[in-house]
Amino acid sequence: MARHTLSVLVEDVPGVLTRVASLFARRAFNINSLAVGPSEVAGLSRITVVVEAEGDLLEQVTKQLNKLVNVIKIVELVPESSVQRDHILVKVRADAATRLQVTQAAELFRASVVDVSTDSLIVEATGTADKLNALLSVLEPFGIREIVQSGTLAVGRGAKSMSDRALRSA
Amino acid sequence: MSKGSPISPSLMAHKTGPARSVQTKSKDAAFSVNPAEAMDTRVQGPNNVVPPTEMTGSQAIVRALEELGVEDVFGLPGGAILPTYDPLMDSTKLRHILVRHEQGAGHAAEGYAMVTGRAGVCIATSGPGATNLVTAIADAHMDSVPMVAITGQVNSSVIGSDAFQEADIVGITMPITKHSFLVTNADEIPRILAEAFHIATSGRPGPVLVDITKDAQQGKTTFSWPPKIDLPGYRTVVRGHSKQVREAARLIAASQRPVFYVGGGVLKADASAELLELAEAVGAPVVTTLMARGVFPDSHAQHMGMPGMHGSVSAVTALQQSDLLITLGARFDDRVTGVLSSFAPGAKVIHADIDPAEISKNRTADVPIVGSVKEIIPELTEAVRSQFESTGTPELGAWWSVLNRLKETYPTGWTEPEDGHVAPQQVIKRIGELTGPEGVYVAGVGQHQMWSAQFINYERPRAWLNSGGLGTMGYSVPAAMGAKVGNPDRVVWAIDGDGCFQMTNQELATCLINNIPIKVAIINNSSLGMVRQWQTLFYESRYSNTDLNTGHDTVRVPDFVKLADAYGCVGLRCEREEDIDATIEKALSINDRPVVIDFVVSRDSMVWPMVPSGVSNDLIQIARNMTPTWEEED
Repeated sequence: MARHTLSVLVEDVPGVLTRVASLFARRAFNINSLAVGPSEVAGLSRITVVVEAEGDLLEQVTKQLNKLVNVIKIVELVPESSVQRDHILVKVRADAATRLQVTQAAELFRASVVDVSTDSLIVEATGTADKLNALLSVLEPFGIREIVQSGTLAVGRGAKSMSDRALRSA
Repeated sequence: MSKGSPISPSLMAHKTGPARSVQTKSKDAAFSVNPAEAMDTRVQGPNNVVPPTEMTGSQAIVRALEELGVEDVFGLPGGAILPTYDPLMDSTKLRHILVRHEQGAGHAAEGYAMVTGRAGVCIATSGPGATNLVTAIADAHMDSVPMVAITGQVNSSVIGSDAFQEADIVGITMPITKHSFLVTNADEIPRILAEAFHIATSGRPGPVLVDITKDAQQGKTTFSWPPKIDLPGYRTVVRGHSKQVREAARLIAASQRPVFYVGGGVLKADASAELLELAEAVGAPVVTTLMARGVFPDSHAQHMGMPGMHGSVSAVTALQQSDLLITLGARFDDRVTGVLSSFAPGAKVIHADIDPAEISKNRTADVPIVGSVKEIIPELTEAVRSQFESTGTPELGAWWSVLNRLKETYPTGWTEPEDGHVAPQQVIKRIGELTGPEGVYVAGVGQHQMWSAQFINYERPRAWLNSGGLGTMGYSVPAAMGAKVGNPDRVVWAIDGDGCFQMTNQELATCLINNIPIKVAIINNSSLGMVRQWQTLFYESRYSNTDLNTGHDTVRVPDFVKLADAYGCVGLRCEREEDIDATIEKALSINDRPVVIDFVVSRDSMVWPMVPSGVSNDLIQIARNMTPTWEEED
């Protein structure tokens, strides 16, 4: 099934995330990732949700989301005209013998080392899901202790702002 | 399926038959939301200006309901809603009807809403009070009934601590409400209640829950009216896209076998008069779904009956053989379509609905029109007329020949039971005939519901109430109670089953004490009849747990006549066909108390026609293992 990235502008009120998430659950839509945070407008949050759905189902997802009273606006962000990034923190085994190899591997991915201890370090990286998967496969042989990953964040390219248009029409 | 070769066009004359009742636009629905105003955010009610006044949150709740024009509320108090019941006692504008179970309050609010077009209101306390509303809220959600449920909640300081009678009712009802609010601050009460009523009644109506903490009820606030509704994410499209409307008219003019597939949305929009005009302009057959019975007069020659699992042969076939479904406020429910892929296989689809998510949800629409059918239908009528002027009126004679033959050959009917007991269909038919089209008929769920949909003639909207989407046994008595409160001058029948009746009959006490004289006809076949029917047909007559022991030759537990008597109602029993009319007449003559009639009927009667589950509508059976003859042509 095809992956689609939806950007959902919502009112920042209690329960809004539950409403969005439970809608996906009860309509049997599959969520790949979900990221929530404040937007540029006070009182509005922005949810980036990646769903696996074919055309008709995606249309249903969008329509059902639109029916939620706290949802202001939904746009689909296609890869060609948007920037999409995941963020990852990886705790990797690294002692004096392997530390240099791990940090060099991280540099190749423009990842940075943000914490070091005697037998491990933490690598931080940002990129597309593909790039992060590649990084993980390079780090894997050293021994991965923990992975923490954000949902995909996405924003449309160009000067336009999603909230501009949303608030004008509201 | 018929090959449908063209026959005599002379039958065209039938399409504007004389026998239809005059549509009296009853005042009952006068308060319903004008779809044209659904976009504006004016507060409903008289919009009195109330200058800032100090009061408690509880007083603000009562005052806001009064300002919203609410007159009747159904509820039952408890700890977390106690503060609100105190000022409620002093209100001269609000009539609170104390129910015996919160589910009864919920269904009563639904019944009230269905006959008046206004939002029904129910009130319950936190925890179990609120959870007892859940079934009714889910029911209102499935059938798009405007309803506002107000629940008390524990103090905001102890939310989440498993406090006494705490339940996360906002969380519990999230999937079954149109929207919900948790109010923790008294200052928010007027605005949120105004928003709740706006959401419940505009667009596609539905239930809205307002959960108000005890401290918000007890807190001080400054009340003023009207509040400003602020719902930036709530938009309802009312006007249909005119290009789409013209495209629909073009398809209608080109169609040889069009059918109006009319659903409950036309009732909710109060668009019956508009529909009649459009239907007569087009001259096509009309089918009315279970939720739309009465929206188009049954007696009209263009009416083909109800479609679906227990629909008439003519209605089911009209849809199956159609080349164009003119779908108005209907949602292609599985009980209508049968196996979706085989539903109306040759038809293009015009789909007008106020909820964009219904368009192409189940069946892809060729011409989608999002908006209120109240607005769309008159525009479509105009577009159709001008289209007919330029391209000619379509020739529907062959289509009518096919349909009229089916309608005449396979009218809805029944076979007399062989056990010598009364046919339940006969009882229901006589109730309808002796009461007439001005009555209100409220069914429970099961066989009696289907027979009530089939054998009572509905000539006006809001005369037929039932639990369509959720199929809630126990809906009938409390919903009839609510309907009678909303329409005190009408005869209101609860046509119930012996199973359903035992789920909610405690509201007879509410009816008696509050002088709400409903009439209850228990179609007593001593069993969970619809389940029994399926056991007969699909489980080799193995009657697992469907015997209720309420009918003839049983211990009769409970004895419905004695039960009625215990509640101070008039209890009657009818066991012979020759007594049916006299019993109904007697019930109709008693208007100072509720009447309960125990109609003891045959348990072997089944609902026909029937499309068995999991097969195409083409395999409709008019009786067991009997399918209509399609090939016959004259």
